[in-house]
Amino acid sequence: MSDLTRLTAADLADKLSSGEVSSVEATQAHLDRIAAVDGDIHAFLHVSDHALEVAADIDRRRAAGERLGPIAGVPLAIKDVLVTTDMPSTSGSRILEGYLSPFDATVVARSRAAGLVPLGKTNMDEFAMGSSTEHSAYGPTHNPWDLDRIPGGSGGGSAAAVAAFEAPLALGSDTGGSIRQPAHVTGTVGLKPTYGAVSRYGAIALASSLDQVGPVTRTVLDAGLLHDVIGGHDPHDSTSLVDAWPSFAEAARDGARGDVLKGLKVGVIAELPDSGFQSGVSASFRSALAAMEAQGAEIVEISAPHFEYGVAAYYLILPAEASSNLAKFDSVRFGMRVTPHASATVEDVMAATRDAGFGDEVKRRIILGTYALSAGYYDAYYGSAQKVRTLIQRDFDAAFAKVDVIATPSAPTTAFRLGEKIDDPLQMYLNDVTTIPANLAGVPGISIPSGLAEEDGLPVGIQFLAPAREDARLYRVGAALEALLVDSWGGPLLDRAPVRGANGGAR
Amino acid sequence: MAKAKLMDFDKALELFEPVLGFEVHVELNTKTKMFSSAANPAHSDNHGAAPNTLVAPVDLGLPGSLPVVNETAVRSSISLGLALGCSIAPSSRFARKNYFYPDLGKNYQISQYDEPIAFEGSVEIELFDGTLVTVPIERAHMEEDAGKLTHVGGATGRIQGAEYSLVDYNRAGVPLVEIVTKPIYDTEHRAPEIAKAYVAAIRDIVIALGISEARLERGNLRCDANVSLRPRAADGQPKAPLGTRTETKNVNSMRSVERAVRYEIQRQAAILADGGSITQETRHWHEDSGTTSPGRPKSDADDYRYFPEPDLLPVAPSIELIEELRAALPEPPAERRRRLKADWGFTDLEFQDVVNGGLLAEVEATVAAGAAPAAARKWWTGELTRVANSEGREPAELVEPTAVAELQKLVDSGTLTDKLARQVLEGMIAGEGTPQEIVDARGLAVVSDDGALIAAIDDALVAQPDVLAKIRDGKVQAAGAVIGAVMKAMKGQADAARVRELVLERAAAL
Amino acid sequence: MRHLGVLARIQLSEEEVERLTGQLDAIVDNIAKVSEVATPDIVATSHPIPLQNVFRADEVGDMLTLEQALQNAPDAADGRFRVTAILGEEQ
Ligand SMILES: [Mg+2]
Ligand SMILES: [Zn+2]
Repeated sequence: MSDLTRLTAADLADKLSSGEVSSVEATQAHLDRIAAVDGDIHAFLHVSDHALEVAADIDRRRAAGERLGPIAGVPLAIKDVLVTTDMPSTSGSRILEGYLSPFDATVVARSRAAGLVPLGKTNMDEFAMGSSTEHSAYGPTHNPWDLDRIPGGSGGGSAAAVAAFEAPLALGSDTGGSIRQPAHVTGTVGLKPTYGAVSRYGAIALASSLDQVGPVTRTVLDAGLLHDVIGGHDPHDSTSLVDAWPSFAEAARDGARGDVLKGLKVGVIAELPDSGFQSGVSASFRSALAAMEAQGAEIVEISAPHFEYGVAAYYLILPAEASSNLAKFDSVRFGMRVTPHASATVEDVMAATRDAGFGDEVKRRIILGTYALSAGYYDAYYGSAQKVRTLIQRDFDAAFAKVDVIATPSAPTTAFRLGEKIDDPLQMYLNDVTTIPANLAGVPGISIPSGLAEEDGLPVGIQFLAPAREDARLYRVGAALEALLVDSWGGPLLDRAPVRGANGGAR
Repeated sequence: MAKAKLMDFDKALELFEPVLGFEVHVELNTKTKMFSSAANPAHSDNHGAAPNTLVAPVDLGLPGSLPVVNETAVRSSISLGLALGCSIAPSSRFARKNYFYPDLGKNYQISQYDEPIAFEGSVEIELFDGTLVTVPIERAHMEEDAGKLTHVGGATGRIQGAEYSLVDYNRAGVPLVEIVTKPIYDTEHRAPEIAKAYVAAIRDIVIALGISEARLERGNLRCDANVSLRPRAADGQPKAPLGTRTETKNVNSMRSVERAVRYEIQRQAAILADGGSITQETRHWHEDSGTTSPGRPKSDADDYRYFPEPDLLPVAPSIELIEELRAALPEPPAERRRRLKADWGFTDLEFQDVVNGGLLAEVEATVAAGAAPAAARKWWTGELTRVANSEGREPAELVEPTAVAELQKLVDSGTLTDKLARQVLEGMIAGEGTPQEIVDARGLAVVSDDGALIAAIDDALVAQPDVLAKIRDGKVQAAGAVIGAVMKAMKGQADAARVRELVLERAAAL
Repeated sequence: MRHLGVLARIQLSEEEVERLTGQLDAIVDNIAKVSEVATPDIVATSHPIPLQNVFRADEVGDMLTLEQALQNAPDAADGRFRVTAILGEEQ
């Protein structure tokens, strides 16, 4: 039965619909896997106590002849930033310990409606602030490739769960790379949709104008299948696009045939110097490009002169919006309450609660954001940062006039060691240099595994960016390269990850 | 609290020039809130709801919740902007005003900051004697209301000294339009009256638009009054710069607005005349004592860190929408009053009677249904107001204007005397039916059959031969005794003038 | 830093103030570079995908029950959220 955890979501869905496997069996296999390995990985903050009931219900409905969605019965891990009615939602913070939402996030409601089986809530940097999941109030998640290393962040839990075969599918959120960078360091696939393509309703807001929910999976097709479930217009989110989206699973299947690479113009950014990247990361990136070139893709150098201001703009916009979004955690209506002394006023209680309930990184960013918005500094900081967004959008527009997609390494280095950068916020921030421009401009981005870095044997990802609303193009191109590379490796990259857990040997 | 020293009002006006400014918050009566689909407590359907039962996730600031703009609230705001003579911004946007307070679910208020939906307008207000004053409007913007706090424990039930407070978020998110005036100069000794008339004018406008319940006592309309004084300049000298202002918050009746402005002028004048200076602060109005007390001083804690609301998008009304709403605007209240007064030919006093009784719409509808203006006015300001006052109700609740017009028609046609008509009106108020139905049912119509009258007259003349002789001798006033007898015989249901005519005729004929 | 702590309602300890001040200075130095390219002629982008006039029909929905509203309350009484005495005044 443990084989079931090695299946892609697409393959598992086939077995479910043919009746070869039940959802209860598939769910049990993943719960067993979680029980076996999550002590080491710590991908989950909460494991559902009723996943099997949900699975049994799907099986019952299927047996009754009900027409179910294409991935009904497949287990799903949910990043803890997404609120759920049947499991606590903490966003990785002490201040929300035990919080039970009276409503489901739209993506969760849609997942349930599509028959997916929520397994649990995954670990994350507190309020999604971080690139390593070390800032979770509930302890770090460990990278399945090397337990001493970070799984990326903020969605390290979702990426690690998928990489460790604890779940075939996971939901993530990406404000500055929190889906793509964990995919990069765990050898998995992650896609940040066009801003507005997936509802933010029920995603505990970090930076409203940057946040986007997306799929975290092991294959491009699986990402497309999940994106088809969660995407599309939601009247609860004013920034949600009303576009009629194509099927992203179809786009992935279409891309896997490889034709898309012929004549595809792939832009590489002149201003992203090799020097900033770990050599194994650069090497993996160049060999992936070479593989695409060999299939008829054209590599075109493009200029994006303002990307270098992206990190600075991002670290103004994000803290500013976050400082406001996180003001609601005040001990009045929900969450932790700390009463410092008997005669404490509500102001004292709020301040003491927020001091005790927020971790260092959250406090750092709230203070930074408060500063960036305060009278007298707004124009120089927040206002200027919003102008940099305009410049970065112009860079994208100019580039996409020449190329179909832009390619970059997904992050500058492979997974660094836990604790290595935790006391150096600035170094941590620079990790996001490649992923941030997509959030600032609202364009979609995908990270897929490109190989292992020679020097440390750790996974490397390649990121593709497409114009806004062209998410399907990323599925086509991503699936095409994935097919090429998996073929060249003789199997998925994750097959080379260390086998973990008692029943891991059944592979 | 030490009682503030006040200067005599006339003396204060001699020494200083008052400058006023108002911020009026209007709660819209939409079905749902500004940014959530929770039912709106400022809509008549939802009065008296239990605490925290009219809330959606965003009203509590729940994690993951998002605001979505109520289209009807936007339309109402544009209509109000137009009625205030404002320009409507081709694009306006929402901003977050960040500050911590327990009545604020998100700890920021979604408001409009640098791009309000309406700006640069003016309102014509009418003082009690009919004088017209133009109040310049700076802007009108959309925002959301905050929740309600109840302070428990301590002596006063006020915030100071309370043991704890309870928060009800039903009001959180109620759609508001905040109307901000420019400084109002040259009000002179009429400053208090202008304050009252301005709030009355805003109330009239929102009532005419039908966009708010506009009940001040319920907080549907809340006025913050800004008052500052500056020393009078000598003739030919430039005016002094504006003085430091105070903002008296949440004054909840028109009379209180008037009193609060008068009080602040007297209080500030006393301080300034003593060489003191005014602290820029908010002040609270106390209805019972008729005084204001200091509230929050302005400080650098008032750094609201406004920034564009990322969860909401710009509001960019099309020219077509603006023109559609403009075309649907009711006649401006001041203009309407002028027109009706001229149409009806009332004296100033007669017209003020109608206006002050709040009976303009009723009289207008009664006239539209066919009654003469004077008769319509008489019914509404007379008998109906009297009955309403004695029953503690509003005249408009008693009867329909069309029914009043029908009643008057019966009087005009001679079917009813005034006295009978009052009896019919009684039946109408009691819900006995239409005037005609009541006339029929109660048998109240005037006897207009001359035959029946003549028979009764002849009987009376025969019974009083001395009177008959006097009438024949030309002592016409003697007829009164006969008329009285006839009216009694007819149980009052006869036209006394006609009876008199017939008595003289019969006396000659007999 | 203290003032920012007051604005952000975080009771920072002496040690936190010291540490944050140092870090913040470094971060602010680094991010201040945005003003190098943000010239007056460039418009600000507040939303990455430009949309406008996104409205909701004025129809009731999404209401919470009283139980749902209070289910996470740290303290409640009489159907309302209970807080300790309030120092500051309404705005
Ligand atoms: Mg105000
Ligand atoms: Zn306001």
